[in-house]
Amino acid sequence: MPATFTRHPVEIERKDTGIGGKPPLDRRPTGGGGDGDNWENRPSGRRGPRELLTRYRLGVLFALAGDLMFFVALVSAFFVRQSAGHFDARENYVSDWHPLAVPPILWINTAILILSSLTMEMARRQLFHEIDVMDEWLGLGRPAVKRAAPWLVATFTLGSLFLAGQWIAWKQLVQQGFRYNSPDPSSHFFYLITGTHGIHLLLGVIALAAALGALFILRRIELRQIVVDCTAWYWHTMGLFWIFLFALLVCFQ
Amino acid sequence: MRLRVFTTSHRALGILYLLLALVAVIAGTLLSLIMRLHRIWPDLAVPFFGTIKPEGYLALVTMHGTLMIFFVLTTAPQIGFANLVLPEQIGARGMAFPRLNAAAFWLTALALLVLLAAFFVPQGAPISGWTSYPPLSAVASAGPGEGAGMDLWLASIAIFCLASWLGAVNMLVTILGERRAGMTWSRLPMTVWAWLVTSILTLLVFSVLLAAIILLFSDRHFGSSFFVPRGDLVNGHIVGHGDGSPLLWLHLFWFFGHPEVYIAVLPGMGLATSLFANFARRRVAGYRVMAAMLVAIGLLGLVVWGHHMFVSGMNPYAGTAFALTTMAIAVPSTVEALGWLTILWGGRLRLRTPMLFALGFLSFFIAGGLTGPILAQPALDAYLHNTFFVVAHFHLVMAMAGVFSIFAGIYYWFPLISGRMMNESLGKLHFWITLIAAYGTFFPMHFSGLAGEPRHYERLAGPVTSFSAIAANERGITFSALLLASAQLIFLWNIFTSVRRGRVAEANPWEATTLEWAPEMGRGRVERGPYEYEIPANETIFHPQWELASKQE
Repeated sequence: MPATFTRHPVEIERKDTGIGGKPPLDRRPTGGGGDGDNWENRPSGRRGPRELLTRYRLGVLFALAGDLMFFVALVSAFFVRQSAGHFDARENYVSDWHPLAVPPILWINTAILILSSLTMEMARRQLFHEIDVMDEWLGLGRPAVKRAAPWLVATFTLGSLFLAGQWIAWKQLVQQGFRYNSPDPSSHFFYLITGTHGIHLLLGVIALAAALGALFILRRIELRQIVVDCTAWYWHTMGLFWIFLFALLVCFQ
Repeated sequence: MRLRVFTTSHRALGILYLLLALVAVIAGTLLSLIMRLHRIWPDLAVPFFGTIKPEGYLALVTMHGTLMIFFVLTTAPQIGFANLVLPEQIGARGMAFPRLNAAAFWLTALALLVLLAAFFVPQGAPISGWTSYPPLSAVASAGPGEGAGMDLWLASIAIFCLASWLGAVNMLVTILGERRAGMTWSRLPMTVWAWLVTSILTLLVFSVLLAAIILLFSDRHFGSSFFVPRGDLVNGHIVGHGDGSPLLWLHLFWFFGHPEVYIAVLPGMGLATSLFANFARRRVAGYRVMAAMLVAIGLLGLVVWGHHMFVSGMNPYAGTAFALTTMAIAVPSTVEALGWLTILWGGRLRLRTPMLFALGFLSFFIAGGLTGPILAQPALDAYLHNTFFVVAHFHLVMAMAGVFSIFAGIYYWFPLISGRMMNESLGKLHFWITLIAAYGTFFPMHFSGLAGEPRHYERLAGPVTSFSAIAANERGITFSALLLASAQLIFLWNIFTSVRRGRVAEANPWEATTLEWAPEMGRGRVERGPYEYEIPANETIFHPQWELASKQE
């Protein structure tokens, strides 16, 4: 049987034991890793069930590369603004930048986000679990969907918790007198960075909800894989961005 | 071909992009003509605008620049032409994400509408230039148009950023993943290489512009202080309340703004390479080097933004560094120009209209490019930066070269769109008038600039008498600009008549080798390079890419 839903020619344990031998087994349940693709000389026509997945993954990758530049621009502005003091009449260096102590709840939020990345990865892997995928492909129930859905729900919950935690952090800052429009530039940047990242995560949570719905609506296993896979890569990247942004807000004030 | 609204066919979208660029270019040209007329007859009342006030002149400058750069030079040669032929050129079945592609177009159209709406809000269009330097752009009370008009400008460009970003993702995935078997990197037509590089640039720099726009919007409405310095006096009011820095905007903006120039001109370079090979019936000498230099120009373009800021108060050491990187770009650009001359040298050129326009592109690329290394010197730029010399430079190397490459592409691919040829005599007439009038318009601006005439100034009045010496030059420029604009009526008439009554084109009318001219090729492999022309023995022999490489080899 061809390994339909994995990229590689799957290394199947072929012990010709005759009737009743072990079923074929894929030792790489993630459906990714490695690269058997030839980017110089693309094969023609339909390239098997992996074609669409590769295409969408590539699209998400490029979109995220652009997004990375967005945050790079914000971070560069952060450093430029931080060093934009001036000299007063007595030649003292005056800076209006006052380091902002991040609310402690952000540490909990960060832990939640890392945890959500783990659950997201668990959900993603369920959809590339060869035996379940073969069952789904053959129409023998939907074991992969059944296994992935709880992990997606968990990720959705953790993501929403993160957003709620960010909201609480903003509330706490406002109570301490740090508003967006307070004269201190470090507070502009805190709100701007956490805010734009929060919008990205909100989109991610919406995508998670959509992926959850799509798992049950989409009829082709390839499309179900694509939806969850792309959401997962987006989610992981946002988690990674957050770790860097959080380090920036904590260590480089 | 019938155009359906909300189509996902890439070729229809390509035509829609070109039509959008046509709308923008007509609007932008009218604005520039009003500016030119105003410069020689300052008290002339113009319909719709009335007598131009100084701030009204700045609004014209702003809208002319924004329309031309974003909606003409960024859309038409890059995503417009790419939609027209890119999937065919690489032998793909279509774009990778057709619906994303369509969404990108409609967002671009929305951005154009939002921008044009700025004319109709109270106080009119923004006046801070297409570069929107703060504090002028950051304070609503800075002048007329800096309120609602500026907000519309920001909204429009933000939408445009998102649209370009979607379009670039689609194009990159298409080029990387959808090529036909055998369409290897070294068999890609040079246009595809150019689109690959511009898509990468688009992805990297439009995100930065979007971030900058968000910061500026926040300065305008949410009381932050990213760009406005403390105690800044704008229009009689002290506005700054933090140590914001206008330089930060300049850095972010030009990090986008300079690669933007290459987004506009690289597709023209790719197209010119293809056309020179085709109409000289020659192979591209040093194909790999030419492709590598396109990539090099793109990459170097990311590290030269500071040369727009020599007189902005930036650290002079940084200026020196940027001067070096800028002059380094002259190297790959020269390699490209020499590569083209190598194709052309001693070739028996078929001087059809697309070829003429490609040669015009080369002419402007060199003429405008030569002043580049001059302006890249901080010491010279200090004098020239705010003069018409710079206007002459970028109108030749970016605007005219870009527009001539657009014309070349339209004349070349017109049979593909309509099945008919464009009228050759009208095309040649159009070319020669446009070429002469374009040089007549933009070349004398060098002299005005050297004489010290500042740009962005509505009129030169007061005790300065020395400017009366360049008044004749100014009049010449204006008359030439009027001629330049009216010559485009020939082009429009040519399109209008050819699309209905033009000579029916045979298959592959230009005897080209690239795949967009292929008859149905089924699922065949590509086994040939993009420019396999055999000359000088017999110029009718050529090997298109859809031909199999079996017989002799």
